[in-house]
Amino acid sequence: MEILFYIAAAVTVLATLRVITHVHAVHALLYLVVALIALSLIFYLFGAQFAAALEIIIYGGAIMVLFIFVVMLLGPLAVEQERTWFSLSAWVGPSILALVLLGEVGYLIASGDHPTMAVAEPRQKAISIALYGPYIIGVELASMLLLPGLIGAYHLGRRLSSEARSC
Amino acid sequence: MLSLLWLIPVLPLAGFLLLALCGGRLSRPHIAWVGCGSVGAAAVTTALVATDFFSVFPARESYQQTLWNWIDTSGMTVGISWYLDALSLLMVAVITGIGFLIHLYSAEYMAHDDGYARFFAYMNLFVAAMLTLVLADNLLLLYLGWEGVGLCSYLLIGFWYREPEYGRAAQKAFIVTRIGDTAFAIGLFILFTQFKTLSIQQVQSLATEAWPVGSNLAMIVAMLFLIGAVGKSAQLPLQVWLPDAMAGPTPVSALIHAATMVTAGVYLIARMHHLFEIAPMVQEVIAVLGLVTLLLAATSALVQQDIKRVLAYSTMSQIGYMFLALGVGAWSAALFHFLTHSCFKALLFLAAGSVIHSLHHEQNIFKMGGLRRHLPWTFWTFLIGAAAMSGVPLITSGFYSKDWILWSVWSSPLSHRWIWFGALLGAMLTGLYSFRLIFRVFFGEVRTQPTGESGLAMRLPLVVLAFLALTVGFLEMPHTLGNVTLFSHYLSHALPTTALLPGMDESSEAREQLAVTVAALLGIGLAALLFLPGSLFGARGTDQSTTHPSMTLLQGGWGFDQLYDRLFVRPWFAVTRNSSDMVDRGYEWLAVCAESCHGWLSHTQTGQVRWYAATIAVGTLMLLGLFAM
Amino acid sequence: MLSTPALVLAIILFGLGLIGLLSRRNILYMLLSLEIMLNAAALAFIAGGARWGQVDGEIMFLFILTLAAAEVSVALGIVLQLSHRFRTLDADAFCEMRG
Repeated sequence: MEILFYIAAAVTVLATLRVITHVHAVHALLYLVVALIALSLIFYLFGAQFAAALEIIIYGGAIMVLFIFVVMLLGPLAVEQERTWFSLSAWVGPSILALVLLGEVGYLIASGDHPTMAVAEPRQKAISIALYGPYIIGVELASMLLLPGLIGAYHLGRRLSSEARSC
Repeated sequence: MLSLLWLIPVLPLAGFLLLALCGGRLSRPHIAWVGCGSVGAAAVTTALVATDFFSVFPARESYQQTLWNWIDTSGMTVGISWYLDALSLLMVAVITGIGFLIHLYSAEYMAHDDGYARFFAYMNLFVAAMLTLVLADNLLLLYLGWEGVGLCSYLLIGFWYREPEYGRAAQKAFIVTRIGDTAFAIGLFILFTQFKTLSIQQVQSLATEAWPVGSNLAMIVAMLFLIGAVGKSAQLPLQVWLPDAMAGPTPVSALIHAATMVTAGVYLIARMHHLFEIAPMVQEVIAVLGLVTLLLAATSALVQQDIKRVLAYSTMSQIGYMFLALGVGAWSAALFHFLTHSCFKALLFLAAGSVIHSLHHEQNIFKMGGLRRHLPWTFWTFLIGAAAMSGVPLITSGFYSKDWILWSVWSSPLSHRWIWFGALLGAMLTGLYSFRLIFRVFFGEVRTQPTGESGLAMRLPLVVLAFLALTVGFLEMPHTLGNVTLFSHYLSHALPTTALLPGMDESSEAREQLAVTVAALLGIGLAALLFLPGSLFGARGTDQSTTHPSMTLLQGGWGFDQLYDRLFVRPWFAVTRNSSDMVDRGYEWLAVCAESCHGWLSHTQTGQVRWYAATIAVGTLMLLGLFAM
Repeated sequence: MLSTPALVLAIILFGLGLIGLLSRRNILYMLLSLEIMLNAAALAFIAGGARWGQVDGEIMFLFILTLAAAEVSVALGIVLQLSHRFRTLDADAFCEMRG
């Protein structure tokens, strides 16, 4: 158990280091995805399966895809990086780290040692009850935050397209 | 029907809202319909309420209606609640009735003005505020109406705002009355801190219990209320705004500066009469102030050249009579004079407006003359108004009200003989200046050619008011003449009756009345002698552009404007414009300090996101370090 | 248990994110660093929640997730705008609001 945590922690730190030091945006993003997956493994080890799943789906999925889209859109600015994007060396680092994580997950499955699986069911329920009970104001605030986020993103994107058309 | 009471102030308010929000889209006839209709509907509602009120009147003296809680905090509850008794019903009837007639008149008078909708919106707002004032159950609501009428007065004096002169007159009226309003507000605060309530009835019953007669607090509060009343009613020493307030359109002068708003001070004192009764010294001050004002204003009215300024000074003078009556404890007499004065002064202003209207806005009486044959309706109604004001005996209402006041002054234990003689002199001066106007404007040769008599909408209010000015007086007739006591009997349910000195019988009353009659007739006769063209001195009096110092003094209303200018305005400007005083230095230093600090701080605004992020991080670290220690 | 190492890990990640935020001039990398810092905070909450056996940690994680989603959508829109206007991703070039 503990060794798994330390390995995942080491993967996270290494991947994060590469994120902030890498020169190529897409490579950095790849490392960040690995770091997020490692982090979700840590969440799982702490018994927060729900958080682990969300970490992968929303962070590793949705948010990172957004980043990649933007990097693509910024293509002309990153044109000199274009050649290096598909080189093999870019994949090596993340692949190794991901393999380490894969090994960990495999070990977890093989050993059948699921840390808090027994209490998982009531835990989700408790989260939901707390979310819509004492934290209802927080949920409302979060929805209020998301709405301007949506409108803001729409507005910023729209102005860009209309200006682009006028150019 | 009595429950319709809330509608009375709401109807004009609705008219105001309608005109203010979409007055620009309505046609002129529609605007006139809304403006007059809302006040007319309020008058009809008043009649309905009054019939219901009188059906059980002596048994039930007052009716209270609470609409909702306006302010409700711990220790203070103020409701939007109306209080109807004999006194407020009288005021409401005058405001809506005469208000409606004046609205009707203005529908024609203002017909060619650009601000037609604006005018009626302001007028309706004024009526709503005035009704709030007189119907208020608590002092805060009364104060709301008090300020509301002040605001409307300001707006309407400066109605023709393109003339800077008129704007200044509006500001003067607003600022001078503000002095009184501030004193009134302070009095209100004192009452609230003492009794924890603002209800007029509760405050007065608590005050009469808690304060002995002549106690200091009662004196102070009564004095503050008096200052408020004096400001609103244009009495000495805050009277300077009223003559200048004639800058507004003539119907405004009739409604606000003659019939209703300026009598708000009289209403306030009558409403708070319990408070003034435990402050006898203040009552004496009221009487003396009233007397001095009525004499000063009457002498000033004698020499004015502007027809509206003559009427303005006469208003001050007549309100002086009301204050005099209040001061000697003749509450009902003051209110009776208020009633007759509203009728004949509104009539006089409207008739003067008719004159001005037909003479292309000429207001100088020395450029008028001989209008008797050209404007017969105006002439006869004006004559009735002037006769009522000067108190022509037996047939006019002014005689009965003024006689009642003078009789009260003569017989009241609170009064002195010299006050009565002063008031009698005032009665003679009233006859003199009223008929000076008549002889100047309607007799002699024609100096400005009039365009002819005005239309029905202007004539009808004149006739109705003339009828009222003659007949209202029959509601109350002295013991020696008919002995009708309808009015005093009616008001005795709201106001205490006047105490009389012992030994005042009918023969002394008859002698006193004879004196009043003689004074009034003497004034009129003197006017005929001095100003009637063709009479003994009449021819010589035409050239009044004299520059004798005493004349200029009188024309300027005894020089109070100059006095206040010397006493307050100039010293104030001298202090504020002094460039080297310490306070200014202090503020300048503050400004320099702020500017340098700002310049220093603006260096941190590099516009670089990373710099901001770093400062946030450093700040967080410092805070954490602070907490760790 | 593992809560102390987890908090140490959170601090390390947060520090790395801060370093990245302050040292990189490319605005895209600054946003990535922000994501790392948010994740570090989330990890601290999760670890705390697990330590005390409470669900509050996970709820805070949900809120952080919401915040990150809103922040990223707006921030990336701004990045697109800036790159379109200034033809660069250099954060120091966007300093028109210098006092």
